[in-house]
Amino acid sequence: MRLVKLSLWLLLSFPFLAVGTSQYNLPVGVTDISRDVYELHMTIFYICCVIGLIVFAIMFWAIIHHRKSKGAVPAQFHESTKVEILWTAIPFVILIAMAVPATKTLIAMEDTTKADLTIKVTGSQWKWHYEYLDHDVSFYSVLSTPREQITNQDEKTETYLLDVDKPLIIPKGKKVRFLMTSDDVIHSWWVPEFAVKKDANPGFINEAWTRVNETGIYRGQCAELCGKDHGFMPVVVEVKEPAEFDQWLANAQLEKAQAAAAEKASLDLTLSKDELMTLGEQVYMANCAACHQPTGMGLPGVFPALKDSPIALGDVKAHIGIVVHGKPATAMQGYSKMLSLKELAAVVTYERNAWGNNTGDLVQPSDIQESMGEAQ
Amino acid sequence: MTTIAESHHHHHAPTGIKRWLFTTNHKDIGTLYLLFALLMFLTGGAMALVIRAELFQPGLQFVEPHFFNQMTTVHGLIMVFGAVMPAFTGLANWMIPMMIGAPDMALPRMNNWSFWILPFAFFILLMSLFMEGGGPAFGWTFYAPLSTTYSNDNTALFVFAVHIMGISSIMGAINVIVTIVNMRAPGMTYMKLPLFVWTWLITAFLLIAVMPVLAGAVTMVLTDKYFGTDFFNAAGGGDPVMFQHIFWFFGHPEVYIMILPAFGVISTIIPTFSRKKLFGYASMVYATASIAFLSFIVWAHHMFTTGMPLAGELFFMYSTMLISVPTGVKVFNWVATMWRGSISFEVPMLFSIAFIVLFTLGGFSGLMLAITPVDFQYHDTYFVVAHFHYVLVTGAVFSIMAGAYYWLPKWTGNMYHIGLAKAHFWLSLISVNILFFPMHFVGLAGMPRRIPDYALQFADFNALISIGGFAFGLSQLLFVAVVYKCAKGGQKVPAKVWDGAEGLEWEVDSPAPYHTFSEPPEVK
Amino acid sequence: MKTQYEKYYVPEQSHWPIVGAVALFLIAVGSGLAVMQTAKQQGGIGFYVLILGIAVLLYMLFGWFKNVIDESQGGLYSAQMDRSFRQGMAWFIFSEVMFFMAFFGALFYARTFAVPWLGGDSNNAMTNEVLWPSFEAVWPLLNTPGGDETKAMGWQGLPLINTIILLTSSITLHCAHTAMEHGKRTQLKTMLALTIALGAIFLVLQGEEYVHAYQDLGLTLDSGIYGNTFFLLTGFHGMHVTLGTILLFVVFVRILKGHFSEEKHFAFQAAAWYWHFVDVVWLCLFVFVYVL
Ligand code: HEA
Ligand code: HEA
Ligand code: HEC
Ligand code: CUA
Ligand SMILES: [Cu+2]
Repeated sequence: MRLVKLSLWLLLSFPFLAVGTSQYNLPVGVTDISRDVYELHMTIFYICCVIGLIVFAIMFWAIIHHRKSKGAVPAQFHESTKVEILWTAIPFVILIAMAVPATKTLIAMEDTTKADLTIKVTGSQWKWHYEYLDHDVSFYSVLSTPREQITNQDEKTETYLLDVDKPLIIPKGKKVRFLMTSDDVIHSWWVPEFAVKKDANPGFINEAWTRVNETGIYRGQCAELCGKDHGFMPVVVEVKEPAEFDQWLANAQLEKAQAAAAEKASLDLTLSKDELMTLGEQVYMANCAACHQPTGMGLPGVFPALKDSPIALGDVKAHIGIVVHGKPATAMQGYSKMLSLKELAAVVTYERNAWGNNTGDLVQPSDIQESMGEAQ
Repeated sequence: MTTIAESHHHHHAPTGIKRWLFTTNHKDIGTLYLLFALLMFLTGGAMALVIRAELFQPGLQFVEPHFFNQMTTVHGLIMVFGAVMPAFTGLANWMIPMMIGAPDMALPRMNNWSFWILPFAFFILLMSLFMEGGGPAFGWTFYAPLSTTYSNDNTALFVFAVHIMGISSIMGAINVIVTIVNMRAPGMTYMKLPLFVWTWLITAFLLIAVMPVLAGAVTMVLTDKYFGTDFFNAAGGGDPVMFQHIFWFFGHPEVYIMILPAFGVISTIIPTFSRKKLFGYASMVYATASIAFLSFIVWAHHMFTTGMPLAGELFFMYSTMLISVPTGVKVFNWVATMWRGSISFEVPMLFSIAFIVLFTLGGFSGLMLAITPVDFQYHDTYFVVAHFHYVLVTGAVFSIMAGAYYWLPKWTGNMYHIGLAKAHFWLSLISVNILFFPMHFVGLAGMPRRIPDYALQFADFNALISIGGFAFGLSQLLFVAVVYKCAKGGQKVPAKVWDGAEGLEWEVDSPAPYHTFSEPPEVK
Repeated sequence: MKTQYEKYYVPEQSHWPIVGAVALFLIAVGSGLAVMQTAKQQGGIGFYVLILGIAVLLYMLFGWFKNVIDESQGGLYSAQMDRSFRQGMAWFIFSEVMFFMAFFGALFYARTFAVPWLGGDSNNAMTNEVLWPSFEAVWPLLNTPGGDETKAMGWQGLPLINTIILLTSSITLHCAHTAMEHGKRTQLKTMLALTIALGAIFLVLQGEEYVHAYQDLGLTLDSGIYGNTFFLLTGFHGMHVTLGTILLFVVFVRILKGHFSEEKHFAFQAAAWYWHFVDVVWLCLFVFVYVL
């Protein structure tokens, strides 16, 4: 009996412990909405605790005092319309009390009008693409935790699995609207500190918004099973002062122009095999190895092997075509948006010469350009 | 259970393997269902242990992400369709004819067919794990387009395995309904039916209503993947979210399919060991029916983040919250039954009390999930995983254990080893909470579900959860031992095993003769 | 005092169910492999396993039904048993209704939600503006967002004729039933034969309609959600008409053999219920797929 009591107390005190160590509770977050959500969460939580305490207090009272071993004689009652109406009505009233603030918060969350900035967020296996719609800036954001940490060869850093190469940058205090969509399967863009979680559905656009009150770096993760590397698709957002943000934006636009110039210039380049292979390996490991594996062996039945594959050993044009344009309705997307001409040339070269594929073919940026032109 | 052969009737139970393959006897088929469910519970549990081993520490240790996803998916599928549902069908087969005074199930041969489909279906599912590309890796909810365009080649096997599982469930459910409606002994009016029978009647209705919808969903997945249709593809005018609507129209009633019979079991056991009539029989029946009705109009609470229009979100929030009312009525009725009873703590009662507390806990987290704006934070985190394991493991599975300990003496004629059974209970109770309670915390702290690796702040609790998981898993081996020993022999029990028990099943001998009620009993 | 009652017949052991389970296993594995092999355009054992499975299933059905018919003719079945069969059949039909509901639901969802949303309705203005700027939502969906084109299947002509055929067949079947109940065996036979013939004609015309859709309209299984729902709904309906026709045919043969009586004719009634159900599905189809 003592054991029952003890475990009950432990159980009931657990939730309260949780409140104390807020690291294991919902984050209060850094937006007005996230605060409302937190309040709502705590309110329903406490209501449930109270109901639970009352119901189980009564039950355990009965268990302790109406025991057969204590000689309890069973009573005969087994119906009471009055009580039954009461315990139908009271929960109903409690529910209404919960529904009112919930409705208010929900309506506020769904109001995406009057935004200061609109960003299109596109998920794909397994990276996020951000486009600042009115500013001609866009980039991909990919997990940057080194492979060695994941396979336990290196010490794990504090932000293990929550680091990306390029975080999303947004201004503080401005209403930012997100247009979520996806290139392949369903993903879900989630930053707990903003209380924003919205599915990115292929072919449709969902809207969400946030207005962050404090600068800083906020981390989240993809929250919808999206295939093999669903666990390796973090979201990182850096919130900057508006002035800093503007500066960053201007800079990003400049970089974009420079990159375009570099693309032009690369057309005239003829890279050596070493250059291509070194760059190609980097690009391959960063972008392709997730599916086709570092060994080029793929995952049989899921992702094809590139080692000894008819495409990697066969016609160069077909090979370039697949990498540039992808293969519609498969996980293989086109990489022309994401990689530069030089990188594309390098990665194709790499695939044609690594893992014993020794075709000896070298692909130059101009070859890629040619193939891009053809398909249009 | 060899003693069953000592039947009073002119023909004896056939023996050997043929008895089990060809049987038309509801008790044999019930036993088959229960043993199959136990086997699947161990198999699905072993997969859960693979999951927990991988999640014991951050980093990738034992399995590749792709295989991890297969484990998660198949664990969910096996536990739901292979363990919990067949276990309840087994209880239904064993008990319903005895409880209503029927000679057998209404359609005995079809009954056998329903059962024997299952091992084959799960054989197909498990076989696909060993084929090139692996088994299903898209979660037990198989959301499109992950399960269509982006799934591995073996998805067709998954689809057809689900198809025949569905056929099995539908036939089983038809049998239950027809038995209850048509085979009651004279005088057994509807409002005299034991609650277990009532809950199963309603469950069977749910099954017939939603399993075909699941069949439709997998069919569309099949044609989308292999025959070029675009049900779940915007480019052809379809919508991936439509898949989720169809799936959850099945899926939400499905979770009540797994809990209504549990309510029935608990409503049977609590009065027995309180030695007092169930409080509010009629309101229990109406509550069950209301839950079943509401279960058809709440499905989209699994889809709050999919970008439904506001009106939809509000509707589904309100309707979901409403389910707490009839469920609360049930909890209150159980407590009121115990109130001023004469309570004793046999093993089935221990499991039932644990059920009430822990199921309610799971219900509370369910209610929290129903609040749309907050569900945006909870959705697809371990908070959800905690919720559904509380209602499924300490809910459905605990009630199955309670039922097994309640009726095992009736089935075998022997009392089980009470010490071992109590050890099983206490070890399970403690370890199951170590296993699932901390999941609330890691969920709230932001750990997504269905990931093979996680950020460092979740590490401590995950280690604890894994320890709880292994402890809980090992504890279940005690259950296997108890059942095995009990089937082999033990202290003989009288017809009425528990002094407070009521119902026709306690009026026949223990073990129950191979054929009961060839002549219907008189019910006053 | 015990009242008099008829004993409920509980069959002894039977090997048919396990044969049936093996059959379903073979069908499931066979279909799975066949689909996978077709998709990869390679040969394999899939189709053979599937055919074997169907053969075993037919073997099982014949054996099982023979058992049941013999028992029934042997007078083993009580009125209570008859009710079990009836209720079982009724619930089976209900499950079929729910199966069709899934596809009607998909049709409804696509028409009222998915397609309008792609056209910018409700909270999806951006979906249209950003992703499918040139897409216009109309039903039937003849130009998909992805750019596939097709033509709509009108309701006049074949579909209308088919509707009339099926409706007539329901009436003839009903006449057969009344004839059965009044012991008019000749009328029963003619009416039933007529029903079966109408069912067969329906199927032929349906086949012709498909040919017309594929050859003249470019309306195919993969031409967007309109073609998808069209073919899956009419296709599954067609499969049910086929099954219903076979059921009626079996009943017809039994009638020729002199089975059934004025009071006891469950098999006939089950087949008739099934037929009426298939008919109702067609009416819904005609309204929602063709006319509206
Ligand atoms: C047996 C199975 C079972 C049961 C019974 C329930 C019961 C409930 N569930 Fe649960 N649920 C699942 C199985 C189950 N669930 C599963 C498997 C999933 C995840 C699926 C997946 O994604 O894989 C899920 C997910 C799930 C979600 C989606 C979460 C998400 O993905 O974001 C939601 C949201 O609303 C929800 C709500 C509820 C509610 C409100 C109940 C209610 O029925 C609970 C009612 C009970 C009580 C409330 C307690 C007792 C009542 C009282 C003591 C009365 C007084 C109380 C008050 C007035 C507060 N469930
Ligand atoms: C009734 C259903 C049921 C039951 C009983 C369980 C039982 C358990 N579940 Fe499961 N679970 C689900 C239904 C269930 N689960 C569902 C539906 C999902 C969602 C799937 C999805 O996301 O798609 C899920 C997901 C799920 C996850 C999340 C996975 C993820 O998101 O990646 C986890 C993680 O810890 C988990 C753990 C466990 C554990 C430790 C148990 C334990 O209770 C298991 C107890 C262990 C045993 C019983 C093992 C005993 C066996 C041995 C000791 C070895 C001997 C073995 C042999 C002889 C073969 N489950
Ligand atoms: C999200 C997973 C994924 C990523 C990342 C990926 N691929 Fe692929 N790739 C695939 C799939 C799936 C196929 C097979 C498509 C098909 O034919 O069905 C494929 C096919 C190919 C093929 C054709 C091989 C063949 O035998 O058909 C080449 C070449 C290729 N990918 C190169 C690349 C390169 C280069 C990159 C990186 C820049 C890359 N892939 C990144 C999934 C991926
Ligand atoms: Cu992207 Cu999960
Ligand atoms: Cu639900």
